[in-house]
Amino acid sequence: MEQQKQPFNPLLAGLAALAALFFVFPLIGLVTGAPWGHVGSVITSKSSLDAIQLSVIASLSSTVLALAFGFPLAWVLARGQFWGKALVRGLTTLPMVLPPVVGGIALLLAYGRRGIIGEPLDKATGISLPFTLAGVIVAESFVAMPFFVITVESGLRAMNRRLEDAARSLGASRGTVFRRVTLPLIWPSLAAGTVLTWSRALGEFGATITFAGNLPGRTQTVPLAVYISQSSGRMDEAIALSLVLVVVSLVVMIFTRGRSRTS
Amino acid sequence: MLEADIQLRLSRLNLDAAFSVASGEVLALLGPNGSGKSTTLRALVGLLPLAGGRVELDGTVLEDPAQKVRVAPEKRPIGLMFQDYLLFPHLSALENVAFGLRSRGTDKKAAREKASQTMARLGLEGLAEAKPGSMSGGQQQRVAMARALVTDPKLLLLDEPLAALDVSTKTDVRRLLREVLSQSDAANVLVTHDLLDAVALGDRMVVIENGGIVQTGTPAEVTARPRSRYVADLTGVNLLRGTAQGTQLDLDGGGQLTCANPATGPTLAVIAPAGVSVSRQRPEGQEKNTWPGQISAVDLMGDRVRVRIEGKPAITAEVLPAAVTELKLDDGGELWASVPPTAITVYPP
Repeated sequence: MEQQKQPFNPLLAGLAALAALFFVFPLIGLVTGAPWGHVGSVITSKSSLDAIQLSVIASLSSTVLALAFGFPLAWVLARGQFWGKALVRGLTTLPMVLPPVVGGIALLLAYGRRGIIGEPLDKATGISLPFTLAGVIVAESFVAMPFFVITVESGLRAMNRRLEDAARSLGASRGTVFRRVTLPLIWPSLAAGTVLTWSRALGEFGATITFAGNLPGRTQTVPLAVYISQSSGRMDEAIALSLVLVVVSLVVMIFTRGRSRTS
Repeated sequence: MLEADIQLRLSRLNLDAAFSVASGEVLALLGPNGSGKSTTLRALVGLLPLAGGRVELDGTVLEDPAQKVRVAPEKRPIGLMFQDYLLFPHLSALENVAFGLRSRGTDKKAAREKASQTMARLGLEGLAEAKPGSMSGGQQQRVAMARALVTDPKLLLLDEPLAALDVSTKTDVRRLLREVLSQSDAANVLVTHDLLDAVALGDRMVVIENGGIVQTGTPAEVTARPRSRYVADLTGVNLLRGTAQGTQLDLDGGGQLTCANPATGPTLAVIAPAGVSVSRQRPEGQEKNTWPGQISAVDLMGDRVRVRIEGKPAITAEVLPAAVTELKLDDGGELWASVPPTAITVYPP
């Protein structure tokens, strides 16, 4: 439908421009401040490559975990009927609003070496999560998975479930209904949830450094490396690694915007 | 042949309806909104488990709670067309139509071929690749029909198939539907709240109200002798209840009528509005079947005017538009109604 053209409002336009510039300047700062002469060599240094590799592995792993466990959780929250559902939903999505560093402390108390789950786990199997790659994945999952759960749950709620009835009346088994009707219909929210979760995991800092520590080559992801480089005066390294994250985020954003427009 | 005895206990409705439909027959299930028509279809197709009763189709028991028999919806040879069509928005028209065949194990090529044929039969050539969102309401309706028909179901259920269409499309689609149903050797159940659909498409009618069957018969029988206020209102006749002694009929709400034909005991009486004449003064020399009442409504119906008179009994009369001015009907007030005994049809309830 043709929208009526808004009359020009100088105050509105001015404030909007300020808001846009507020976001643009930091990016300009990163680009102009980058040590363009040796960005390549900084990024390809052993410590940087280690951090990038760790970030990729950990963020992808926690995304896979979100798919494996978050999908069933989203399904149950969207379709299950049980007492205390609102409470479960609230608790599982709390990490979205919780300061990540608080999440890290909570993770330590639960899954740390002295934690309520961590201690018996350590005693029984010798497995200890803190200061390991697994710990990084746990921290990132804790913070990122709620984004997947909440997005997929709303997708499941928004879809017309009677379409599943129609499919069943046409002879489709429950499995066929899921594959040919439910999944295609919630695909946009599934894709959006996956991308959101992955990018949130990739940028995770507070919970990771608190729970998994900051061991170069073991638990030091890119955000942690950026922070350490900056605080120990290696600004070039901090900026170069930041640019890596900026580029990745931009690519992801352009990709998802393009997809959501076509669907 | 469908033999159904549907018993369901739902929060807002207790459904208890037993009926049968022969193969090739079209049963029109008529009833007001919320009476249990669509619920009956959902139960037949297996989406709502029965509390009691039994569903048997061509000798196979599909559901019998007492015997713990319940065939899953996807295993029932039933085609259901939903009121809002429920086409799959992510699939093309052809894929929608082929869905039932694919789900039941037909290979892709054969399924697409059969789906194309069914679409062609319903005048849907050239729409194979169209998505439901880009089709008109009438096209969506026909795709939904094709999707329900394509598997050659033994029981075809149509839930308000014409309700969502505009008036101009309705006539064409009704004709197409009649053609399709006349060629069908399935047992067909058509749910509608439109008397015209029931009369035009149904071989037999079942009137359902508040979860129970109130009347069964051919469309002619049901419309000539309505047993409930709902059907009487649909056909636009006055339906009165009373107790007869010979030609004398004492009405339940008060009042007395003399009928041409005698009856005994509880009796229903139908009076066509055109058979009721009205006057401002008590008609001269007429004692029987004449009574006064207050005008409560005056409505134009086509080229006739209907006047509702709240007397004993309350009755609707049909007059010529000229009478509105002549009798100053718009002013309201008292009006006398009179009915000749021959205009009253009596029959047992």
